[in-house]
Amino acid sequence: MAAQAVSLNRKEEAGKLVLEAAGRWISSFAGQIERLVVDLETKRAKSAAVSIDASHIEQLDTAGAWLLERMRRDFEGKGAKAEIVGLDPRYKVLLEEVKQTNTGKDAEEQRDHNAVEDTLGYVCEMVVGFVKDSAEFVQFLGAAVVTMGRVLVRPWTFRFTSVVNQMDRAGFRSIPIIVLILFLIGGILAQQGIFHFRKFGAETFVVDMVGILVLREVGVLITSIMLAGRSGSAYTAELGSMKMREEVDALRVMGRDPMEILILPRMIALIIALPLLTFIGSMAALFGGMVTAWLYGGFTPEIFAERLRDAISWSTFWVGMIKAPFMGAVIALVACVEGLRVQGSAESLGEHTTASVVKSIFLVIVLDGFFAIFFASIDW
Amino acid sequence: MAEVGNQTQAARKPSKVPNNYPIIRVRDVWVSFGSHAVLKGLDLDVKQGEILGFVGASGGGKSVLMRTIIGLVKKQKGTIEVFGHDVDRLSEEELHAIERRWGVLFQHGALFSSLTVRQNIQFPLREYLNLSQRLMDEIAIAKLEMVGLPAFVAEKYPSQLSGGMVKRAALARSLVLDPEIVFLDEPTSGLDPISAGEFDDLIKALQQTLGLTVFMVTHDLDSLHNACDRIAALADGKVIATGPIGDMLKSDHPWLRAYFHGKRASSRLDGKKA
Ligand SMILES: Nc1ncnc2c1ncn2[C@@H]1O[C@H](COP(=O)(O)OP(=O)(O)O)[C@@H](O)[C@H]1O
Ligand SMILES: [Mg+2]
Repeated sequence: MAAQAVSLNRKEEAGKLVLEAAGRWISSFAGQIERLVVDLETKRAKSAAVSIDASHIEQLDTAGAWLLERMRRDFEGKGAKAEIVGLDPRYKVLLEEVKQTNTGKDAEEQRDHNAVEDTLGYVCEMVVGFVKDSAEFVQFLGAAVVTMGRVLVRPWTFRFTSVVNQMDRAGFRSIPIIVLILFLIGGILAQQGIFHFRKFGAETFVVDMVGILVLREVGVLITSIMLAGRSGSAYTAELGSMKMREEVDALRVMGRDPMEILILPRMIALIIALPLLTFIGSMAALFGGMVTAWLYGGFTPEIFAERLRDAISWSTFWVGMIKAPFMGAVIALVACVEGLRVQGSAESLGEHTTASVVKSIFLVIVLDGFFAIFFASIDW
Repeated sequence: MAEVGNQTQAARKPSKVPNNYPIIRVRDVWVSFGSHAVLKGLDLDVKQGEILGFVGASGGGKSVLMRTIIGLVKKQKGTIEVFGHDVDRLSEEELHAIERRWGVLFQHGALFSSLTVRQNIQFPLREYLNLSQRLMDEIAIAKLEMVGLPAFVAEKYPSQLSGGMVKRAALARSLVLDPEIVFLDEPTSGLDPISAGEFDDLIKALQQTLGLTVFMVTHDLDSLHNACDRIAALADGKVIATGPIGDMLKSDHPWLRAYFHGKRASSRLDGKKA
């Protein structure tokens, strides 16, 4: 690096302060130059007239020109008469341009932050956000039901292809991962059951436990959570980026209802796909339990099937299955609402996708709780 | 970040390019996507300090050439020299040093949507230099006002701006390090004629104040007339002609005749005469 790329020296000349700027006043050295300027300001004597001699400046760009101008303004602000002299004529235009900037006439104030205020504000925002969320979900659900009604009255407007496409993407293609995960969970449940029940010789109850747990709760919960993470997030991201690029508006101005074209097919697809996936997943879990019971507990598949038949009833099966479409509706609802809330930025898209997954998993679990209370009270 | 600043300072010395040697020199460049050849042995020179207008049919490969020069698209064959350096022969570090000496305005602005305009403009400053926040703010506002936007725009997000404002803000960002070359991809498309005219004046003013070399892809006949020193025309993957607007108007090449003497062009000329 050049030893002294930039310099700023002060001299007194006949009651006048002369500042000699020299070297390459360009962005690369802007940090250095700024330090020189600030140093000078701290130890400067009062002077009525200041002349900034720029004749030794070899190279100048906007940053350098601005620092010259800033220095000049600072002196003027302190009541001195300041001028920039001797600048190479080729840089005159640049300096003139820069002189017209940063006049502060229509700058927007940047707000200072205060920790307590911010926290309070954040809490209030959360509460308001929760109320708004609930209102919006209900409103959206209402709108979806109205649209569904309209489609029922005019079935030819129903977007069958779109529903099939969505079912393929959200449903069919999640089969492998759901089967795999539930198979493993079934196996783990059975292994844990055998291990602990063995202590009091009640191994056979493992079949009851796996059967009831999987069919009533685990099958539908795991499937819902998987779909919320896999398909709900995709819905939010798709709708969000369409919203960002005004595609949703484009649909609207072409007289098409985004609710009918984008959202209804997605909701219907999930409402249909989730029960099917729950069924497939539950079967995989039972199979996993059976395999484990066979290898680890020594039950043959025949015994397992026999026990299972005694342990569960149709109601056990239906409890899980009835819940599934509601879970699908909740996931699609949250995903679509969040997607349509995306504002212009990429960050906002990420935020809403996260919110979509978190909220839908939370709601799925809350809903499951309500179902548990309901089924307990009707003795199923 | 301080180290980056120091390393790149060396590269910031006035160009060592010999006089009259083109600042960008493209020779026999071939680019294709799959089996679709877009550039077929293209040659082009851009001279130091000029505004070069680059014209060609939509989808003809103008953006592809620009992206190839700045290294975003891989070429299959050919050489590209910028500031007298063959870009293929440079180390990563040297390439970064060169990248700092050019600014790019993408066709759609490419402002970072999650940053405000001020943060967008400051981004290169923050990445390359070690400056105080105050100075960065001041430079950002200075640039913003130089491209003709009022200072209050600084705190807005790109999604809150109009198309023309996005272009200007993106231009401010591309100029913030005072580059020696700017690449502009259709800077005036989508602007009203008044804004487009102002944009041309702006580019010219910046070229004069900052000593810029400008590579401008454009379809705007007014820009070609008013702002550009020279024009290069692209057809069928090659540059078929270069020269000042007068030469282009006189040329007999069928494509150039169609471009510059087509219905829209001649109505414009007639309008001027009337
Ligand atoms: N990343 C890409 N992949 C495949 N084809 C591309 C890609 N980028 C550009 N093309 C093709 O190259 C051609 C030239 O595109 P472009 O340079 O953008 O045109 P224009 O001259 O209007 O700027 C077009 O046919 C386009 O389809
Ligand atoms: Mg293009």
